[in-house]
Amino acid sequence: MARVLSPSTLERIARARALYPRAQSALLPALHLAQDQVGYLPPDAMEDVADALGLTLPEVASVASYYTMFFTEPVGRHKIRVCTNLSCYLNGAEEVLHHVCARLNVRPGETTPDGRVLVEAVECLGACEEAPVLLVDEDRRPRVTTTALDELLRGLS
Amino acid sequence: MPGLLLMKYVGEPDRDSVDVYVSTGGYRAAERALKELTPDELVAMVEASGLRGRGGAGFPTGRKWKLTPKREGDTRYLVVNADEGEPGTFKDRTLIEGDPHQILEGVLISAYANGVHKAFIYVRGEMFLGGARLSRALEGAYARGFFGKNIFGTGFDLDVVLHRGAGSYECGEETALLESLEGRRGEPRVKPPYYPAVRGLYDRPTVLNNAETMAHIPHIVALGPDGYKAYGPPVLYSVSGHVMRPGVKELPIGTPLRQIIFEHAGGLRPGRTFKAVFPGGSSAAILTAEYLDTPADFDSLAKIGSMLGSSAIIVMDDTTCIPAVIRRTIEFYRDESCGKCTPCREGSVWLSQVLDRILDGHGRMEDLDLMDSVAQNITGLCLCALGESIPPALRASLRYFRDEYVHHIKTGTCDVAPAPVAAAGGSA
Repeated sequence: MARVLSPSTLERIARARALYPRAQSALLPALHLAQDQVGYLPPDAMEDVADALGLTLPEVASVASYYTMFFTEPVGRHKIRVCTNLSCYLNGAEEVLHHVCARLNVRPGETTPDGRVLVEAVECLGACEEAPVLLVDEDRRPRVTTTALDELLRGLS
Repeated sequence: MPGLLLMKYVGEPDRDSVDVYVSTGGYRAAERALKELTPDELVAMVEASGLRGRGGAGFPTGRKWKLTPKREGDTRYLVVNADEGEPGTFKDRTLIEGDPHQILEGVLISAYANGVHKAFIYVRGEMFLGGARLSRALEGAYARGFFGKNIFGTGFDLDVVLHRGAGSYECGEETALLESLEGRRGEPRVKPPYYPAVRGLYDRPTVLNNAETMAHIPHIVALGPDGYKAYGPPVLYSVSGHVMRPGVKELPIGTPLRQIIFEHAGGLRPGRTFKAVFPGGSSAAILTAEYLDTPADFDSLAKIGSMLGSSAIIVMDDTTCIPAVIRRTIEFYRDESCGKCTPCREGSVWLSQVLDRILDGHGRMEDLDLMDSVAQNITGLCLCALGESIPPALRASLRYFRDEYVHHIKTGTCDVAPAPVAAAGGSA
């Protein structure tokens, strides 16, 4: 019996599993699906994934801890990822990051105490023509200004 | 210049719709390839086109295809690297978002040429919009019968799976990418003896190509090698940093850096002067103004100790503190190092500590030789290209901008005026 993953998540994991010649290949897709449902990857979710793919918990945990988009601790409902690599750095990324952190009173990598927003400094988002650029959840915001940032932060529930 | 090939329709609406792509001649090259050409003829065409892989290493695509053993009955795979992450590079994302079927059509032709019936496209995890558009494009192409069973009635079958990454620069390295695709940590495999062409995904022969490389293939088939070459051959330069019009510039390979930066990317901001440039992503040695007339191609840039790499041109004007930029790149490699091999894992940490010391005003003159020595002990000793990417920019900066390091060490201050931050300052 699954511990935390819903029947629909498990069904989607099974569909992902069917796309690959070997079950373990579906591990990244499965972890994405599990995290989409739970919000992060607690041990119970990783054990459900392990069961679904015929893997062990250490195998799953070792992979989950390697990739920066997987969270093994609870994080904010929204994720602001500020690119701090070269092209953005040359165009004011540090000020952008500083402004977001100051407004939310967090440090990079932290979630606001109300669980609303996680702020991360991330590496090149591959959108250097839009520098300084950041991601708010799945949406890219190009050439961000402090005014735009303040508006954006107000809009996050 | 005869015009654009790859970027022709980028920026037009709905390019992820299969009907829109077909309406501009899409999938006709694939149909012709599958119906009229043999796999061997296609490999010869790609070889004759001179196409070199666009992921960074520039390996000739046709030769790579030839290296993949094609024994009858053997399972082979095609894996497309869309895990774009080299700092300054955004051409793959631009193509994926702007004209994704071009890449899919390339996948179809390449799979047929290599006797592959199952292909995987590894899409970078953070590429949300691109992933969604590629997914819609693939669905549409399946619905029209361009993928699946008996494609164009030729009996050729091909399945394509989009595989989403989860945040790791290292997974752009081909063997780390395969590890990740097999559901493991993205750490590189030791090579030689076995390269992916011989032993790749699930230990099977695997053709591994970059996403932009795939997008060139339909044009080579449609125009023939000579017609294609008349376009340059074309290459996508990602231009960013301190330029007025950053973006992807499709130009004949070998266009001089000066022309790319000052004509095509609009030059520098008013009142600023040129200081330095990364001609091929942060893994490339930086260059100074005296090299601006160098043709931006593989051989010319290699000759002056740098590289074309992923053809990501990052421009820096006179407001740039070079030691600070180098620290940022070293921090990047330090944080993205998978930790498997020692020179990369330890060397990147040591270098970033020395750079911290210098930029915090506690540097020592011997730090300059120390950094060079650490860099030399990384060079040629790493398991993969990530570690090998650490020294070039640093060593070039020690050569061209030694005075800036010395100033930091001697005075504890920076002699470069900080960049005016229009964007984040709120005045823009």
